[in-house]
Amino acid sequence: MSILGNKVHRIEDPRLLTTGGTYIADLQLDNALVMHFVCSDIAHARIKHVDVTAATKVPGIVGAFTANDIRLPPMVPTLPLINKDMKRPHLAHEVVRFVGEPVVCIVGESPETCEDASELVAIDYDPLPVLVDPEQALSSNTVIHEVAGTNLVLEIGAHPDPSFFDGCEVVVKQRMLNQRLAPCPLETRGAAAYREGGRLIFHVSTQAPHAVKEILKGMLGLPDDQVRVIASDVGGGFGSKATVYPEELLVAWMAIHFDRPVRWVESRSESMVGLGHGRGQIQQVSIGGNKDGKIIAYALEIVQDAGAYPAIGSFLPQLTHMMAPGTYAIERTAFWAASVTTNTVPVVAYRGAGRPEAAAAIERAVDMFAHEIGMDPAEVRRRNFIDPSSFPYTSSVGTTYDSGNYEEALDKVLEIGGYRALREEQARRRVRSSRLQLGIGLSTYVEITNGLPSSEFGAVEVLPDGSVLVRAGTSPHGQGHHTAFAMIASEVLGVPLDSIKVITGDTDIVPRGVGTFGSRSLQTGGVAVEMASVKVVEQAKELAANLLEADPADVLLGRGGFHVAGAPAVKFSLKEIASLQAQRGERLLAEVDFRPDGPTFPFGAHLAVVEVDVETGKVVLKAFFAVDDAGRILNPLLAEGQVHGGIAQGVAQALFEEMVYDESGNPLTSTLAEYPFPSAVELPSFVLAETETPSPVNPLGVKGIGESGTIGSTPAVQNAVVDALAHLGVRHLDMPMTPERLWSVLRYS
Amino acid sequence: MIPAAFEYKRAGSVDEALSLLREYGDDAKVLAGGHSLLPLMKLRLATPSVLVDVGRIGELSYISLDGNEVAIGALSRHRDLQTSELLISRVPILAHVAGLIGDPQVRHRGTIGGSLSHGDPASDLPAVILALGGTLVVRSAARGERRIEAGNFWRGFLETALEPDELLCEIRVPIPEGAFSYQKFNRRAQDWAIVGVAAQANHSVAVSLVNMAATPVRARAVEEALSQGASPADAASLAAVDLDPPSDINGSSEYRRHLATVLVRRSLEEILGG
Ligand SMILES: Cc1cc2nc3c(=O)[nH]c(=O)nc-3n(C[C@H](O)[C@H](O)[C@H](O)COP(=O)(O)OP(=O)(O)OC[C@H]3O[C@@H](n4cnc5c(N)ncnc54)[C@H](O)[C@@H]3O)c2cc1C
Repeated sequence: MSILGNKVHRIEDPRLLTTGGTYIADLQLDNALVMHFVCSDIAHARIKHVDVTAATKVPGIVGAFTANDIRLPPMVPTLPLINKDMKRPHLAHEVVRFVGEPVVCIVGESPETCEDASELVAIDYDPLPVLVDPEQALSSNTVIHEVAGTNLVLEIGAHPDPSFFDGCEVVVKQRMLNQRLAPCPLETRGAAAYREGGRLIFHVSTQAPHAVKEILKGMLGLPDDQVRVIASDVGGGFGSKATVYPEELLVAWMAIHFDRPVRWVESRSESMVGLGHGRGQIQQVSIGGNKDGKIIAYALEIVQDAGAYPAIGSFLPQLTHMMAPGTYAIERTAFWAASVTTNTVPVVAYRGAGRPEAAAAIERAVDMFAHEIGMDPAEVRRRNFIDPSSFPYTSSVGTTYDSGNYEEALDKVLEIGGYRALREEQARRRVRSSRLQLGIGLSTYVEITNGLPSSEFGAVEVLPDGSVLVRAGTSPHGQGHHTAFAMIASEVLGVPLDSIKVITGDTDIVPRGVGTFGSRSLQTGGVAVEMASVKVVEQAKELAANLLEADPADVLLGRGGFHVAGAPAVKFSLKEIASLQAQRGERLLAEVDFRPDGPTFPFGAHLAVVEVDVETGKVVLKAFFAVDDAGRILNPLLAEGQVHGGIAQGVAQALFEEMVYDESGNPLTSTLAEYPFPSAVELPSFVLAETETPSPVNPLGVKGIGESGTIGSTPAVQNAVVDALAHLGVRHLDMPMTPERLWSVLRYS
Repeated sequence: MIPAAFEYKRAGSVDEALSLLREYGDDAKVLAGGHSLLPLMKLRLATPSVLVDVGRIGELSYISLDGNEVAIGALSRHRDLQTSELLISRVPILAHVAGLIGDPQVRHRGTIGGSLSHGDPASDLPAVILALGGTLVVRSAARGERRIEAGNFWRGFLETALEPDELLCEIRVPIPEGAFSYQKFNRRAQDWAIVGVAAQANHSVAVSLVNMAATPVRARAVEEALSQGASPADAASLAAVDLDPPSDINGSSEYRRHLATVLVRRSLEEILGG
């Protein structure tokens, strides 16, 4: 019986739930120094003077550093298209560009002394005009990076020309806000560094340890064998820890400078304005089509808030572009995007990274179009879906989707949600003018995973004691990679899970790796592990054939080992073969770098049911139905976990969360008392179902499932809330749909 | 996120607490459950040089019947109030509202004395004690005991009638006769109220408001209209009269005024019938 497809419990959990994980704060470091940053409390200013004298006199403080003391060349944006003149110094140099930007780094014997000392640092600022709104920044004379001479980070595509919607009977336009979010991983940022035999050992809470290593080598001028980066347990990241931050790199610099272990772990308050933020798009959405429901033309124009220093966030409109027309066969799609610097926290990847923004825009647009022509939104979707027989399908923006069957997902969600009955209940409440109006929202999404295709490393070795060591280049931050990879090796090798050890996140043990983001791990790293397992079996089979004096083609891997077909009595187990190899000084090992043919395109249909209190504007999510298709599912437990968390985060964007700045660039939601991510109490039990349309681009047939929940759920909830109030004349509401926002619309309708 | 240095004194009894407070005066702060004080200290918005921890004074943790009043020791935790048989049967509004505070961790640490002494107008219990017409019993080493009517206790935002050397020891509430309603409007279950309404029917109806001013306030105009026979809706329309509630990230002043009228109406409908 195959282990794949079963709800196998996470092999990570017993340790995490008993003795606990090893996060940066847990590392046992002898004689370690602590780092603490004095950050800018002003959004944009010239630094006139910094005085750290008093701080350095505090007992227990060993140093207080400004940009001039560090003298490291600034970090240059590495992604394509990004304006290279928008460099980020490790500590603010001459100018501060957002509240939360580190200005002074204090190093001392304890966190307490560092915090005491930081109160004694005096920074004199000369305020500069502040840009918070990216649209304003686009046309402003104030420039955040003087050297660049512009706030424009990058621009892609073109505005639609005036004839773009010619031939459409109906055109609907709407400006939409895809608001800025704070990722809020449970473990904040942190790093620790020390020297060991001259080498630099660097622990960091990251999604991509190998990328960190490359940057460290470059920054410190160290050869490859002199740096070891370790990501042990990582308490979440949601994309934000795929970026390497200057604060982390300074930990390594300080460890070398003082030749002592150094640790830095930020507080939650620091993290809210230090860790990158997500989303941050202003979208102009236009959709045109005919009254029979056919959509003909769609235009999406975006101003992307990049924050003060362009990071991957400014690049993400590329992914929004790739997924702009969603699940629909739309003849023409126009796309334009500009990323713009503002005096705010840099925008990075956040669960979905560019695709939730695409899904939100098209799914709202389709609903608005449906409303305008007076057709049921499910029906409009059905009339425009890409035909399941036309895959691989190249969309109107040139993206080639691997496989899909959107109507099947829609049908299923309508069925499990009881769509017709819900509409009847909604009609009753409308007639009665009930205080609690019912809203029903759909989204039929498709997204791209492993969107920037890259290769991934996987190694499988049978050790002489018969146990198996799997090493994988994609390092997890909570997903359960070890379980998934062990299951794959177990399936191919016939070795029980408890004899398989998986190692990730240590650059000494895992030679190469890209990382965990973009829902890429199973379809790249997982496949690499599968291929390495197959290779190991082939090698062992050759060796067994030798021992059995048979042709390898006649040798089978049975329950207890390799034997000649039809003669199971004489056999050699993997363990025996591995120990024979060891006696010869050889290993039973295979290493694979797998690069898939292309990205994969998970999809699904989500249905949200909300109740809106028309007196107060409060929304309660009553029910949520999700049909997700991520190709073949290896472990439904892991997949469901991803979907559950994803939906929760997607609902959070629709109803609760927004990182708010005032016009002076002060963050107004920088503690968890003001930044309201929901808890289980605010969420119903989700009803999940799936369809399974395997991907042709990798041998496992899998697609990514890490972000689907977030991508599909946000527009479903947003559509539901608008739907609840549609009969009162409401056409669109921006997110988060807070009670006050609803009330301010309802009071006039 | 780390408090400034402070001295820590644990009081074993009320008398010891009072003499410590006399000794350190203005420099000292009482520490009860710590769920309001410690966050302020971590942000260094409060920097007391001495903390007098009263958290383990057993003699201040009780809920008992005393004639036609219930007496509650200041160190009773929210959880104690929530589960008290006496309160559930005789002053159900208190037990009910205590169960709506924060989350289970908060309810197991936070105390009624801390909640009332902190003087945050967004807190739930002060408005309830105000609606119940409670009395606060405070003591000091220098002046002994004094009793303060709830209506005179809250003076401004985070400001009370307590002197630096005084300890709130007991809260006394008369046992009400009629029905109650508590309307807590928030976005997440664990949050403070954006606006809250405590309504208690007794001989007449008392209505007080959470987060509508710098202190908890009685909605006098509503109460008067009711006593003159106004309908719940008409009376409720006066809920925000003369009030200038705060504007913050959770709600503008205008929205709070609107919420107050809706929530007062609902609370009155609940106890008086629509
Ligand atoms: C996450 C979270 C959510 C919360 N949600 C809510 C909510 O929904 N509703 C709500 O009402 N509250 C809420 N609170 C506040 C909580 O109820 C606090 O516990 C309470 O307000 C303070 O009680 P405490 O015992 O913790 O007081 P402490 O924090 O110890 O003290 C608070 C203040 O009162 C003083 N003090 C304490 N006891 C005495 C005394 N006996 N005599 C004189 N002075 C004294 C202290 O010196 C200090 O100034 C929340 C708190 C948190 C952390």
